[in-house]
Amino acid sequence: MKIKVIIACYLVLILCNKVSATTLEIALNADPVSLDPHEQLSEGTLQFSHFTFDPLLRWDKSGQFEARLATKWQRIDANTMRFFLRRNVTFHSGNPFSAKDVIYTINRLKTSPDFRAMFNSIASASIVDDYTVDVHATSPNPLLLNIMAYVFPMDRVFYQGQDEIIKYGKTFASQNVSGTGPFVFISRELGSRMELKRNPNYWDTSSPGNINKIILTPIRTDSTRLAALFSGDVDFIFPISPIDIERTKHTPGIQLVTIPSTRILLLHMNQNRRQEFKDVRVRKAINLAINQSLIVEKILKGHATPAGQLSADRFLGHVNELKPEYDLFKAQELMKQAGYEKGFRISMMAPNNRYMNDEKVAQAVAAMLARINITVDLKTLPKAQYFQEFDNHTADIMMLGWQSDTMDSNNLFEFIVACPDDKTGLGAYNASEYCRSSLDDNIRQANREMNQEKRINLLQQIERTLYEDAAVVPLYWQSLSWAAKNKVKIQDIVNDQNHPYLGDLFIDK
Amino acid sequence: MLIFLLRRLIQACFVMIIISLISFAIQDKLGDPVQQMVSMAVSSDEREQLREQLGLNDSFLNQYWRFAKGAIQGDLGTSYHYKEPALDVILKKLPATLELVFCAILLIIIVATPCGVLAAIKPKHPVSRLLMIISSIGLSVPIFIIAIFMVYLFSVEWNIAPSFGRGQTTEILGLWDSGIFTKDGLNHLLLPSLSLAIALMPIFVRLIRAEMMDVLQSEYIRFAWSKGLSAKRIYFIHALKNTMLPVITVGGIQAGTLVAYTILTETIFQWPGMGFLFMDAVSRVDTPLIAAYLIVVGGMFVITNTVVDLIYGLVNPTVRLASHGL
Repeated sequence: MKIKVIIACYLVLILCNKVSATTLEIALNADPVSLDPHEQLSEGTLQFSHFTFDPLLRWDKSGQFEARLATKWQRIDANTMRFFLRRNVTFHSGNPFSAKDVIYTINRLKTSPDFRAMFNSIASASIVDDYTVDVHATSPNPLLLNIMAYVFPMDRVFYQGQDEIIKYGKTFASQNVSGTGPFVFISRELGSRMELKRNPNYWDTSSPGNINKIILTPIRTDSTRLAALFSGDVDFIFPISPIDIERTKHTPGIQLVTIPSTRILLLHMNQNRRQEFKDVRVRKAINLAINQSLIVEKILKGHATPAGQLSADRFLGHVNELKPEYDLFKAQELMKQAGYEKGFRISMMAPNNRYMNDEKVAQAVAAMLARINITVDLKTLPKAQYFQEFDNHTADIMMLGWQSDTMDSNNLFEFIVACPDDKTGLGAYNASEYCRSSLDDNIRQANREMNQEKRINLLQQIERTLYEDAAVVPLYWQSLSWAAKNKVKIQDIVNDQNHPYLGDLFIDK
Repeated sequence: MLIFLLRRLIQACFVMIIISLISFAIQDKLGDPVQQMVSMAVSSDEREQLREQLGLNDSFLNQYWRFAKGAIQGDLGTSYHYKEPALDVILKKLPATLELVFCAILLIIIVATPCGVLAAIKPKHPVSRLLMIISSIGLSVPIFIIAIFMVYLFSVEWNIAPSFGRGQTTEILGLWDSGIFTKDGLNHLLLPSLSLAIALMPIFVRLIRAEMMDVLQSEYIRFAWSKGLSAKRIYFIHALKNTMLPVITVGGIQAGTLVAYTILTETIFQWPGMGFLFMDAVSRVDTPLIAAYLIVVGGMFVITNTVVDLIYGLVNPTVRLASHGL
């Protein structure tokens, strides 16, 4: 068996050499921490999973699910979903793909510290036949499909027995890969280079993708990354810093693709640290005094969408009427009514290397609050130190960015505005310490509600309550920008989750 | 000589112990390594468990004791991110940095010496004046501006040199991953080593000029003139030799600056060396790697200073090591 595989690989190599190889050199701001898709739930890991593995289903550009390793799915009852799997798919190792691999992967996800929280809502998965799997949720779960988009089946025979997940040590899975994906892992030098080559036996023969080899280089400095593209050293880069966007647009031979994302940036006003923030009029005044549109226009150069709520418009909870408001006069009035005409002094913290232009945005916010006589002592920190402070709620106002893992509003609500509860993990990032039990009831109910219409109502109701309470200050949804040489057709393969589907990427010869 | 080296060794040990203590003391201020390892959705309980497993909850003395025990056996801890012994990770990146530094020093010597000598011999010549002006500008413009400007000019506009990375490397004797034996590798070396060299060149041009002018006033040079020696011999053999003495001293001290500048240069050019590694480790709060880097660099400092002192003795035999600088 082994000899056959080796001969096959050798033949493939020779064949590959004959075909004129199309190589894609891509530079991103980070590379995956590990080759193990279950070690860390991060953008880098998920991007890598889409290169070398295939999910059961994935999001397409219009926000719908697209069948990948599952060809179709149907709901059996409120708790159970049946998935029909693709036949004649093989892993990179040569092992055939079947239902056992899916069960194995789901069980492994349930042991991963990073994915466990999401997969706790899945009670078990069972085999119906070789190509059919039933997934059982612990309770009626409207987001079952959203969660299953995180299942990238791993090669059971290849990994089993040496599949431990250790965050701080070398494991078999962190050094070796066998998935079904469009690319086969060749080599990597952590932090400087990773090489992948096309999977010659890839099942998706209808894919327009024509890349034979990928060389991925993480380049952390914005200017270096851009220079690498301009000088022709790389073909495709992410991200582009806002100040470089205009220039990139006007550079001949280079294209820029921008998509609004669902990542929300917001400010928490800690009500337990500050008596003043307990007053809804003060919170409202702060919301009114901050000019989101100006921040987006001047600091982010239009590279974001001003937000008046947490849910981006592709989310179910999005309420069209809730627009960002700016009314300085009304804000001053409200401060006067609340008895704080003379204002007060508060502390504020923000990261300086986590979100796009985060430090400048924080400075702008501080300046805007000065207009309603709130003096802000601003401190910005590198992300490594910032989130430690965030966990301790060290400042009165703290900045946070959040991307919903499930692409659903409720994930935002659970983490950002639910009453903080150590046991359930709800409100883990609620540095406002805002707490309203009726809101929590709605959040819980939205987690079980199977009727889509009722669920939308619930989520929108939460969003409206948050607006009326001025619980937090939503700032904007950050946009994502990629740039590439014109011949690289990236517009079809990038998406608002920043998981470029390189398998389908086409390059003009 | 032997006593001198032995003393230096003891000195080095002290330096390293102090560095390791300091790097341990600042660890808490750098941030939380656990936060870098897990996704935002991971609960505080799980984080606490991980912290416990990594031994981060132990007291400072306990942690340091554990580190010191390992260090004596050559184990400086395991990098959180690379999942390999920190020392191995650093040594793997060492060739890239050393080659960069070597090329930069070579450039400095080749360019700064003739420039400095010229400026000293003919101080009124327009070229000398131009050199002085350029070197003043060079001293005051920060290196990252020069580097970014060079990338813009050489790689984006003219497309002569690649903008980042090390290019093709070849392995020498199975230990040294070298970029100086391939055309591609040399091409990649051009911009980083040039910008590193430019950072330190002005100071050497000025130093050589000043020292040389001093030496040219001295008795023995006047005697050499009157003896009828050729100008070339006077300038480049007799005068230059004595000029180099303080230059070497400053050069040794500047080795530290060079290390600091490699951090900047490597970050800008995505050069996969130690400086880049260090920046990466800081942003990831990879504390074992940070501590190991500081200790290795501390060691390098002591070594370069020792070598400088030895060279001192070779250039000027009247300097006696035992009585010098200790």
